[in-house]
Amino acid sequence: MEELALHLLDLLENALAAGARHILITIEEDGERDRLIVTVQDDGRGMEAAALEKALDPFYTTRTTRKAGLGLSLFQATAVQCGGTLTLESQPGQGTRVVAAMRLSHPDLPPLGDMGATIATALSREEPVELIYRHRRGRQEFQFSSTWLQLHLGEIPLNCGPVLDWVQRYINKGLAELYGGDQS
Amino acid sequence: MIKSLDELQKIKEAELEAIRLREAGQKARIVVGMGTCGIAAGAREVMAAILDELGKRRLTSVAVTQTGCIGLCAQEPLVDVILPGKPRVTYGKVDAGKARQIVAQHVVNGIVITEWVVNRGEV
Ligand SMILES: Nc1ncnc2c1ncn2[C@@H]1O[C@H](COP(=O)(O)OP(=O)(O)O)[C@@H](O)[C@H]1O
Ligand code: FES
Ligand SMILES: [Mg+2]
Repeated sequence: MEELALHLLDLLENALAAGARHILITIEEDGERDRLIVTVQDDGRGMEAAALEKALDPFYTTRTTRKAGLGLSLFQATAVQCGGTLTLESQPGQGTRVVAAMRLSHPDLPPLGDMGATIATALSREEPVELIYRHRRGRQEFQFSSTWLQLHLGEIPLNCGPVLDWVQRYINKGLAELYGGDQS
Repeated sequence: MIKSLDELQKIKEAELEAIRLREAGQKARIVVGMGTCGIAAGAREVMAAILDELGKRRLTSVAVTQTGCIGLCAQEPLVDVILPGKPRVTYGKVDAGKARQIVAQHVVNGIVITEWVVNRGEV
C-alpha cells in the first residue's frame, strides 16, 4: 500500500468486520527516538490463540469470499521493511490490538497519506461505531472523536455525504496544522 | 476551527430540513466495497470523490456505506447504487471520475450509466 492511511483503513475494516463498537486509533511520531507507532484497538469479537497465531499468515482468512487474507501480512511486511515490527494482541470476546512500530526516518516509510478519507470511510456505515483518532507529534497532539461529532449532530446520522465530507476536511486540516502548515 | 464548526452547523440544518421532507425508509443508498483488494485498487479515493460530490451538492438524503470483501476482486473498486423502490445497480472498475458521474447522473437524475454496470439486483 502506498500510504500508511491505507494500511490503517484495512485494519479498521478488520475491526469493523469483527463487530467492534469502539475503536481507538493512535499515531505517535517520536523524532527523538526515531519511532513511529501506529495502534488500532477495538472491542470486537477478538481471536482465539490458534487464530491469532495464524492471523499474520497471508494464506489465512476466516472469510469465505477469497482464499488469502492479505491485510495484516501486508502491513507487517511494510513494518519489517521499515526497521520495525507488527504485533497482535487479542482475547476472544475482549477485542484486538494491533501495534505497528517503524523507524520514522526510514527511507522506505510510506507517507501518512489521506487520514481524513480513511476515517470518513470507516464511519460510512449504518451501525454506529465510536471512533477516536489521536495523533501525537512530539509535544503536539491532534484528536478527533466521532462521539463528539454525533453529540453535536444529535439525531442526524453520521453517514451522509456532507457530514463525512466535512469529517474528511476537518481531519486533514487538523493534521496540516499539526505539521505546521499555515492554515487559516 | 470556528469556521469548520459554522460549516458543520449549516450541514446540520440542511439535514434536519431534509429529514422533515423525506418519508421514513425513502433514502437512497450508495455502497462502496472496501475489502483489501478494493482498498488497493482505489476504493477509498472513490469514496472520497463520492463524499466530495455529495458535499458540494449538499445532498443529505443519501446514506453512504462501505462493505467488506464480496469476492469480486477483478471488478474492484465496486459501487452499488440503490434508489428508493429500485433494484440495486452495481458498477465495477470505478475510479474517482466515474464515481462523480455516477452521483451526478444516477443518484441525482436517476439515469443508470449502463456501460459501467457489472450487475443488477432483482426488481
Ligand atoms: N481486529 C480483528 N478482530 C478479530 N479478528 C481479526 C481482526 N483482524 C484480523 N482478524 C482475523 O485475522 C484474519 C486475517 O486478517 P487479514 O490479514 O486482514 O485478512 P482478511 O481480513 O482479508 O481476512 C481475518 O480473517 C480475521 O479472522
Ligand atoms: S477484497 Fe477483493 S475479492 Fe475480496
Ligand atoms: Mg483484512
